[in-house]
Amino acid sequence: MDPDNQALIKRIVDERGADGIVVMLGAADAEAVEVAAETVRDGDPAWVGPLAGVQLGLPVLHVFEDEVKQQADDGVYEEQIGFFEMTLDVDGVNEAMRRARGET
Amino acid sequence: MELDGKKVIALGERDSVPGEAIAEVARSAGAEVIEVRTECFV
Repeated sequence: MDPDNQALIKRIVDERGADGIVVMLGAADAEAVEVAAETVRDGDPAWVGPLAGVQLGLPVLHVFEDEVKQQADDGVYEEQIGFFEMTLDVDGVNEAMRRARGET
Repeated sequence: MELDGKKVIALGERDSVPGEAIAEVARSAGAEVIEVRTECFV
């Protein structure tokens, strides 16, 4: 995960606490998704960014996951995400999220 | 996970789903969006 985003997330949690915060991803690369999910939960696995050794324990969802889709307004979801669902690897992303959570 | 009332950090990408699209979806589910970013890999 980009060090700038790591710094952003760390600053937000330092200022507001982690309670109620959820990180929602939009990346299409399965490996990037898996690393991002791991980073905001357990710390930067590469040990280079501001979250190296920092276990924030934040929950992470991807915008492609059913858990998000089912709670969103249908019209908004279709308008904002419909095109990307058709053109990007939704199954690959969802599998990466399951791996990141240790569900597979 | 119930999104209603959660504080969402939306991290998008310019070559996939942009942050603002994620934010719109999160808001429609009742979440408060506290930060929106769209990474660029060029």
